[in-house]
Amino acid sequence: MTTDPQTAAGGDAPVGTGSPFTRVLGILCLVGIAALLAFGLVWSAPDVVQSDSVRIMYLHVPVAIVAFLAFAVTAFGSVMYLWRKSQFWDLTAGASAEIGVMFTALTLLTGMLWGRPTWGVFWVWDARLTTTALLLVLFLGYLAVRRIPGDPDVVAKRAAIAGLIAFIDVPIVHYSTVWWRTLHQGPTITRLDPQIDGLMLFSLMLGMVVFLGVYLWLLVHRFRVAYLESQVDDLGLDVALAERRAEGSALPTSPTSPTSPTSPTPPEAAPLVTTGDER
Amino acid sequence: MLRDAALVAGKDLRLEWRSRVATNQVAPFAILVLILFAFALDPDRGILERATAGLYWVTVLFAALLALSRAFSIEAADGNRDALRLSGLDPAGIFLGKAAAVAVVLLALEVLLLVGVIVLYNADVHGIGLLAATCVAATAGLAATGSLYGVLAAGLRVRETLLPLLLLPVAAPVLIGATRAFEDAFSGTTGEGWSWCVLLAIFALIYTVFGVLAFGPLLEES
Repeated sequence: MTTDPQTAAGGDAPVGTGSPFTRVLGILCLVGIAALLAFGLVWSAPDVVQSDSVRIMYLHVPVAIVAFLAFAVTAFGSVMYLWRKSQFWDLTAGASAEIGVMFTALTLLTGMLWGRPTWGVFWVWDARLTTTALLLVLFLGYLAVRRIPGDPDVVAKRAAIAGLIAFIDVPIVHYSTVWWRTLHQGPTITRLDPQIDGLMLFSLMLGMVVFLGVYLWLLVHRFRVAYLESQVDDLGLDVALAERRAEGSALPTSPTSPTSPTSPTPPEAAPLVTTGDER
Repeated sequence: MLRDAALVAGKDLRLEWRSRVATNQVAPFAILVLILFAFALDPDRGILERATAGLYWVTVLFAALLALSRAFSIEAADGNRDALRLSGLDPAGIFLGKAAAVAVVLLALEVLLLVGVIVLYNADVHGIGLLAATCVAATAGLAATGSLYGVLAAGLRVRETLLPLLLLPVAAPVLIGATRAFEDAFSGTTGEGWSWCVLLAIFALIYTVFGVLAFGPLLEES
């Protein structure tokens, strides 16, 4: 069709979701995950207090940090969209929020699995847990706003503002929940041991790098899928327009209608170009 | 801007006054919720007395959802949204006016609910000043965030389900802060209560400023 993906995206537009960069990144991530499994489950020592359950930390902490990072990218993308009005920033914000929601859900899940052996319960009303749970719901709302159909520009602007409303709330939620809990019962959790063993620290850092890579890989792919979806929508409109035009040009170019409403001639008997009862 | 706000708020309040939806539907609903809480939590074991502040603000949140949904459905009907856009009023003024009208309705409801918890839950009130300040600050915050999300969701088919999902998590700090402040006001220890009140005021200020900036684009485009 006439829509040139290159000009529409304002840069190097993807036509598939894979590229040499993402393939290399994907392989590196797989290798990294394998290494993380080896370091986390085999080579690093069990904790003195928590024994083997500490190993979930190598998954939980990186996933949580990446989730927060993803929401920060969404907020940044929303600001940039409102400033520059470019589809790139809108799609980046949306893609990052989806990954952020997934990683937040993973954070809560791994946190509960870690909490059960460590504290004896899946959930405590700790400030950090409460904030994370609210964060998940806040950005589920953001994704719900994104999913409302409409003109792409309207949807993008609406989503950008909704994303900012949600993001502004994060520090307020965090502050109020910290205050809420500390007022009543003091901090519930002391997370990481102050002195962390060298190999454990390395495994944790490896986890950070690996999940940052996974985030990047997912972000690029999700962005490209979203971009291609918007292209399909545009193309679909162009195709529909072209079909209507083709129908229009197949009809005669004479100024009057070939079949007038009062015509006694049945339509199948009426020749297309000239008929006697044309008025 | 303020003149436009007064105009819009006056229009909304006149509409509320004439239609009586707030008095005939929202207020009875709020009282009903108070009664339902008594069914859910055994009234004889003192749970209601201890949880009064929290139950009060949860009820206010539910009533606020109804009031907001109502405030923006009247703008969605009969192409009122276009009329509002074409009226030449300052969007920031429209936002402040809508929020102010919602806030007035909510404040009236809060007074009614306060009487309700005093009568039904046997609540003691010690700090009238703290109660009033908390109500004003919390209501301003709710009205500001609610009006932002209200215009965003207005006219959409998913409005009724979308608004609670959007508003309730954002309003969580309001619920926490207002509940703590009310607990202090009920028990008579007004030390921490005022700090929570300040938090509520900051919340209200942030979202009012954000709303003044963002309402124009939201009204124009969606």
